Amino acid sequence: MMEVTLSHYLSVSAILFVFGVFGIFINRKNVITILMSIELILLSVNINLVAFSAYTGTLSGQVFSLFILTVAAAEAAIGLAILVIYFRNRGSIAVEDLNVMKG
Amino acid sequence: MIESLFFYLFASITCLSGLMVISSRNPVHSVLFLILAFFNAAGLFVLLGAEFLAMLLVVVYVGAVAVLFLFVVMMLDINYAELRDGFQRYLPLGLGVGGLLLIEILFVFFNSENMPQTAPVLNEVSNTRALGLVLYTDYIYLFQLAGLILLVAMIGAITLTLRKRENVRRQSISKQNERSREESIEIVSVTSGSGIRSK
Repeated sequence: MMEVTLSHYLSVSAILFVFGVFGIFINRKNVITILMSIELILLSVNINLVAFSAYTGTLSGQVFSLFILTVAAAEAAIGLAILVIYFRNRGSIAVEDLNVMKG
Repeated sequence: MIESLFFYLFASITCLSGLMVISSRNPVHSVLFLILAFFNAAGLFVLLGAEFLAMLLVVVYVGAVAVLFLFVVMMLDINYAELRDGFQRYLPLGLGVGGLLLIEILFVFFNSENMPQTAPVLNEVSNTRALGLVLYTDYIYLFQLAGLILLVAMIGAITLTLRKRENVRRQSISKQNERSREESIEIVSVTSGSGIRSK
């Protein structure tokens, strides 16, 4: 069997990234699935950073991955809070209705 | 040998559950596949020698973020079939963007000669200790900033979802503290057998 190299990890990360972007496009109406797709994208970025950090022997990649994890948690909390109050006010979460702020 | 076996196991399950997250009809299933993807990504992190981040992924993502998603999905009463109407319409655009990105990946895969090929080095210091040694010294300002971001996110989430409803009895601490003894209690001497009439 082939030995696992850096490009294997990069491929996994890139496939996940593609799935995330693809998910944003095909689920244009569903905000919850879009948020989950963003989580997938951030996970792929984390895999990328950790893979480079391990194969180059430095720790900075893992430290930045830690900060990405923090920001992702904050983003999910704020996004879901906005979703909850939006649903409370409008009774729907369809993205097409999200044009109140449009000038 | 066994390492590559585990790599292919974790990688394939991660990718497949990533696909299921975006294609599943029921959002609850999507969240559960997201949890599966996080678990297998944690396995990949362990293979890369980043044990601390693997544990953090399980604790923070699976324990907090995914469960938050699950709560919101179950709490909101939404007709999800209606939300999938545009699936056919947006599919060509999504396939175009996805195909473009996939071609870029193939470039990465076939031009990997000048990338570092060495296997992950195992230090004598454990991964958690090594991370702690740089996190609290070199990256202390970023670490404090991350704490600040979490504080802002917490305050934001609470103030956004806090709501004031009518006809709900709430505790008003300032009013409680303003009350004097005279207007709160009254001493009445009651003669036996007569009772008192409240004002």
